[in-house]
Amino acid sequence: MNDTDKQFTISASPHIFDRTSTPRMMYGVALALLPAAIAGAVFFGFRAVILMAVCMLSCALSEALFQKARKNKVSVSDGSALLTGLLLAMVIPPDLPVWMAVLASVFAIGIGKGIFGGLGSNIFNPALLGRAFLSAAFPADMTVYRMPFTGCDIDAVTSATPLGLMKFGGTTTGIWDLFTGNVAGSIGETSALLLLIGGIFILVMRYADWRIPAGFVGTACFFGGLLHLVSPERYPGVLFHLFSGGLMIGALFMATDPVTSPVTRLGRWVFGIGCGLLVIVIRSWGGQPEGVMYSILIMNGLTPVINLIAKPKRYGT
Amino acid sequence: MFKLFPGGVHPKENKGYTENKAIKQARLPLKVTIPMIQHTGAPCEPIVKVGEPVKKGQAIGRAEKFITSPVHASISGAVKEIDVTPHPTAGKALSVVIESDGKDEWSEHAKVRDSAKALSKDEIIDIVQASGIVGMGGAAFPTHVKLKPPKKVDTLILNGAECEPYLTCDNRLMIEKPQDILKGLHLIMKAVEVNKAIIAIESNKPEAAKAMENALDTFDGGASGKKNISIKVLPARYPQGSEKQIIYALLKRKVPPKALPFEVGCVVQNVGTALAVSEAVYHRRPLIERCITLSGDCVQEPQNLSVRIGTSVRDLLDECGGLKGDPVKVIFGGPMMGIAQYTLDIPVIKGMSGILFLSDREARIFDESPCIRCGKCVNACPMSLLPLMYAKFVKKDKWDKIEKYNIDDCMECGACSYVCPSKIPIIQYIKVGKSELFRQKKGL
Repeated sequence: MNDTDKQFTISASPHIFDRTSTPRMMYGVALALLPAAIAGAVFFGFRAVILMAVCMLSCALSEALFQKARKNKVSVSDGSALLTGLLLAMVIPPDLPVWMAVLASVFAIGIGKGIFGGLGSNIFNPALLGRAFLSAAFPADMTVYRMPFTGCDIDAVTSATPLGLMKFGGTTTGIWDLFTGNVAGSIGETSALLLLIGGIFILVMRYADWRIPAGFVGTACFFGGLLHLVSPERYPGVLFHLFSGGLMIGALFMATDPVTSPVTRLGRWVFGIGCGLLVIVIRSWGGQPEGVMYSILIMNGLTPVINLIAKPKRYGT
Repeated sequence: MFKLFPGGVHPKENKGYTENKAIKQARLPLKVTIPMIQHTGAPCEPIVKVGEPVKKGQAIGRAEKFITSPVHASISGAVKEIDVTPHPTAGKALSVVIESDGKDEWSEHAKVRDSAKALSKDEIIDIVQASGIVGMGGAAFPTHVKLKPPKKVDTLILNGAECEPYLTCDNRLMIEKPQDILKGLHLIMKAVEVNKAIIAIESNKPEAAKAMENALDTFDGGASGKKNISIKVLPARYPQGSEKQIIYALLKRKVPPKALPFEVGCVVQNVGTALAVSEAVYHRRPLIERCITLSGDCVQEPQNLSVRIGTSVRDLLDECGGLKGDPVKVIFGGPMMGIAQYTLDIPVIKGMSGILFLSDREARIFDESPCIRCGKCVNACPMSLLPLMYAKFVKKDKWDKIEKYNIDDCMECGACSYVCPSKIPIIQYIKVGKSELFRQKKGL
C-alpha cells in the first residue's frame, strides 16, 4: 500500500474509547430485568406477556412518531423506548385492559420524554410518569391485583397486595413469599429475589450507580426499622418494607435511571436517601399503600436543584 | 478497584506490542528537520545560515527568554534550508533542515566528564539549560525552569508511571539504563536542593521496577553521596502520570488550582528527562536524541527506537517494516492525550514519546448521541470537574457558565470522553470553550 496517498483522520483526543455505549446500557438494563419479567409471565400468565409486548411496542412506535414529528433522527434502536415500555409493563397490574396500557405508553414517551426534547432531556422517569397517568386516570383498574398462578377470571380471584393488606387490614405477609414473589402485585415487581439478581448485574456492569440503591434501600430500612421499633403493632418490619411493593424494582431500576437522577456522587446519595425517606413516609402515613412511584417522581423533580447544590469540591481547595 | 487518586480510568494497556523489545538504535538519518519550537515557551530564532556547515551538538537556535529552550543540530552536515515545515503539535513551524555529511561528528565541546562532584547547583542548571533539555514525558516544559522552584521543596518525584496505553519508552529506559537515570536523578536533586526522592512506577512495569531497585542497591551515590531515594509501585491507572495526580497518589497532597507542584513542596521530573540530564552533564551531550515507541496495530514491527531529533517519522516507519492493514489515525504521543497527524512528514521532536498507527478497530470515531447524564464522566474526572457541563454549555455558547464550572482546571486528560457511553467528544468541546474564553480575555 502506498502510504503517501493515505488520508488520515484528524480529531481531538482521546483516540480510544470504552466499549460501553448508550444502547449497550439500555439493552443491558433490559437484560437485567429479564428474570423478573419471565417470573411475571410465569406468575400471571399470558396476560402479562401480552402487556409487556404491547407496552414495548407502543413505546417504540410512539418514540418513532414523536421523533418523526419533531423532524429528529429516529433513534428507536438505542433501546431506551423499549426499556421504558418494559419497565412500564412491569409496574402495572396483570389484568389492566390493553388499551389503557397503550395509552400509558404513548403518555410515557410523548409527555414523559418527547416534549422535553427526547432522550437525556426529560425530568421525570417516563415509565413512572406513565404509571402515574394510569393511577390518576383509571384508579379502579390500577388497584385490581391477583395472586400468582391464578387465571384471569378477575372477579373470582382478586386479591389485595401485601402493602394493601397491611395498610387497610393490618395483616402482614410471609417474608419468604414476598422475597420470591408469590404475592399479588404488578407484573414484574413481586419477586425481590430476581430483581436483586438483575440489580446486582447492572451495578457490577456500572450501568447504574450503586449509591442510589444503597441510599434508597439503606434509608428505607433504617427509617422503617426505627418506626417498627417504636410501635411494632402499627408499623411493619424492615424485611416487609424491603421485599414488598415496588421497592426493589424502584430502587434498582427506576431511581437509577441516569437521565432523571443527579450526576454527582454526593447528589446520588442525596437522591437515594430522599427516595428512601419519602417511601416510608407515604407508606406509613399516606393515603395510599405504596409510595415508591411518588417518592421517585418527587426526587426526579428535585434533581436539577440537587445537581446545582451537590457539586464536587474543587480539586486542591 | 484499588486506586490512589480520585477519578481516572483504566484503558486497555496495549503495551504488549513493544514492552519487551530492547531499544534499537535507529539508522543515521540523511536529513533532519529541526523545528525552532519544541517546547512550552518562546520559540527559538535560528542562529545558523543556509549553507553553513554544522556539527552534531552545535546550537542552531535559541531565544533570549527565561521560559524557552535552545535547539541543537542532531547530525553533522550542512544547513540545507530554513523554512516552515509540518510540525506534530503546532501544525506548521519554522525549522532548520540539515543534510548529513555522513560523518556524524561531534562539535568540539563534547568531552566526557568523569565526575560531577565539583559542579554547583547553578552550574548543573546552566548545563541543563544550555543542553536544551525539556520535559520528555510529552509536555516539553523547559527543565531548567522547573529546577529553580521559587519556593523550598522537600520531595523530588521521578515519574516513571507511563500511564498512557501503548507507550513503553520509559519502561525500556528504566530496564536498560537504570544507572544513568539514577545519576541524572542525583544531579536533579542537587540542583533543586532536595534530599528525598520517590521513583514512581506503575504496577504494569514490574521489570522496570526491579531494574531500578537493583540499580539503587548498587548505586555508589554519584555526585552528592547516598540520598534518601525510594521506589514506589503504583496500581496502574490513567492519568497517574499527570503531575497533580502522581503527587496525590504518593504524598496525598493536593496542588491548588492554577498552582504548580512546588506550591506543595514537590518537583516532578520524567525518567527520560533524568537520563537526558545525566547525558548532558557527564557526556556533555545536548538533547539531540531520544527514545520513542512506534506502535499500533498498523505497524509491521512495532519498536522502541533511539532516534535523532528531527528524523522524519516516515523514515522511522520504514525502519519498522512500514505499514500494514488500514491505518485511519497517526497519533503523536499516547492515544489518550496524543495529537492526530495529517501527514507522515513530521519530524521527531523532544516531547515525542511515541507515534501510533491505529486502525479503525483500535481508534474508531463514533457518532455522538444525546447525553444521558449518567455521570460516568464525573466519576472519571481526576480533577473533580463536571465534564458533561462543558459539552452542554459550549453547544449553547454559554461561555460564562463554563468558566464558573472551572474549565481552566481541566488538563484535557480525556478520561471523560473515554468513558462517555454517548461518545460525546467532550475534550473537543472543552478545547473550543477554552480557546473562546482565551479569545474573549485577549479582547480579540
